[in-house]
Amino acid sequence: MSLISRGFRGRRRDTDADQARVPPGQSVTRDFPVLSAGATPHTSLDRWTFSIENGGVLRTWTWEEFRALPRDPVTADIHCVTRWSKLDTSWEGVSVDTLLGEVEHDAAYVLAFCDGGYTTNLPLEDVTGGKAWVVYTYDGEPLDSEHGGPARLLVPHLYFWKSAKWVRGLRLLDEDEPGFWETNGYHLYGDPWREQRYSGD
Amino acid sequence: MAGAAVLGGLTWRVATVTAVVDETPRVRTLELEVAGWQGHLAGQHVDVRLTAEDGYRAERAYSLASAPGEPPAITVERLEDGEVSPYLTETVRRGDAFELRGPIGGYFVWRPVDGGPLFLAAGGSGVAPMRSILRHRRNTMSDVRARLFYSSRTLEDVIYRTELDGEEVVHSLTRAQPPGWTGYARRVDVDLLREVAWPAEDGPLAFVCGPTSFVESVAAGLVELGYASGRIKTERFGGTGGS
Repeated sequence: MSLISRGFRGRRRDTDADQARVPPGQSVTRDFPVLSAGATPHTSLDRWTFSIENGGVLRTWTWEEFRALPRDPVTADIHCVTRWSKLDTSWEGVSVDTLLGEVEHDAAYVLAFCDGGYTTNLPLEDVTGGKAWVVYTYDGEPLDSEHGGPARLLVPHLYFWKSAKWVRGLRLLDEDEPGFWETNGYHLYGDPWREQRYSGD
Repeated sequence: MAGAAVLGGLTWRVATVTAVVDETPRVRTLELEVAGWQGHLAGQHVDVRLTAEDGYRAERAYSLASAPGEPPAITVERLEDGEVSPYLTETVRRGDAFELRGPIGGYFVWRPVDGGPLFLAAGGSGVAPMRSILRHRRNTMSDVRARLFYSSRTLEDVIYRTELDGEEVVHSLTRAQPPGWTGYARRVDVDLLREVAWPAEDGPLAFVCGPTSFVESVAAGLVELGYASGRIKTERFGGTGGS
C-alpha cells in the first residue's frame, strides 16, 4: 500500500553519502547520537573484567590483560534502529575470534552481558569470522562512557543495539535467548538490510 | 514478554488527522483516528511514514501523547533543519492522512501496577510520553504519587501548559523567564534534582525523556541521589541528523 502524503516532498537523500551503503529507512548522520535505556554506568578500570561464561566462568581478563591482547583497527558503517546511520566510523579493539579462541566450546549463540544489566543475543556465526569486536577506542580516543566505554561490543552488520555498550562478557548458549530490547518488542536478529527493527518484521 | 505480546507483528495503518492543536509556536499535537487501532500503553511510541508523490519515503518515531483508551495522538516539535517535523507541524491539516504503525516498545512504559512514586523528568517535547503517563494515572484513579520536573526554554515553549496546571509539576525555564518568575531558571543538575525528586528511600520509579544532554544529566543525577539504576527508564531524541 502506498498512501501519498499531500504536500510532502521530503529533503531527499544526503547527496554526499554513498546511498548503496545506507540500508532502507535510514538517514546518514555526522553526529554520534546516544541511545540507551537507563543511566550510564561507570565502572573503574581496576574493577573491570571481561569474561566468557557457559554457566561457569571459562576465562576472564582484567583490563590490563585485555589491553594486552592483539588489537584490530576496525572501520565500519553503523546503523541504529532509530534510523540513523553513520559511515566510516573507526574503532580499535579485540576481535571476538581472539576471545573465543581461548576457550573450548560448541555454542551456537552468545548473550552479551553488560554493566547496568543490559543484555543482547547474537548467533555465534555473527560474532565470529571477523564480524565482531570488543572495542575500547573510537576515533583514536578512549571510548567515552556515554558511548559505552570503557569497552563495548561492535557488531556493525546488525542494528547497533546489538553492539552492546559497557560490555563485560559473553555467555555461551546452545539455544537463542532474547536479550533486553529483544524481550521488549525488538527483533531477535536485527538485520538492517532487511529492516528487522521490531518483533515480527 | 508484554512488549512482544503487544506488538504481535506491526502493520502500517492509515492515520487520519482528526484535530490539530497548536501547543506552542513550534509544537503541534495531531489527534489521530487509526483504523484497527488496538490500543496502547502509556509511554509507547509509533512510527510515522510519509510518502511523496514520486514514491520517496521518510519515517520517524514519535511518542504517543494520549492515554491508553484514548485515540492515538502525537506531539511534534518543528526542527528547523528537519524533514518530517516541518511537514507535520506546518503542512498537515485536519482530514489529511499518513501511514503509522505501532504501538511500539515494552520498556519505557508505565502501568498502574508498576506503582511508584513516579518521578517524571522531561526536557522540551520529551513531555509527550509524560502526558500519556499522567493522564493514565488520572484516568485509572491510581493513588501512585507522581511529580513531573519539566525543563523548557521559555514559558512560551511549555507544552500542555493548561493541562499540566492540574498536576504536580516543577518547571525550569532555562533561557528566559517572565517577570516575577519564581520557578527554577537553570539547566538540570544534581542539586536541583535533590530538591525536586522524590527521596531515594521512597523507592521511586523514574521516567526521563528529552534531548541526550538532559537525559544524561538527570539519569546520572538520580543515580548519585541513590535511585536504583534499574528504576530509571530513559528515552532520548535529538542529534539524529534531523527529524
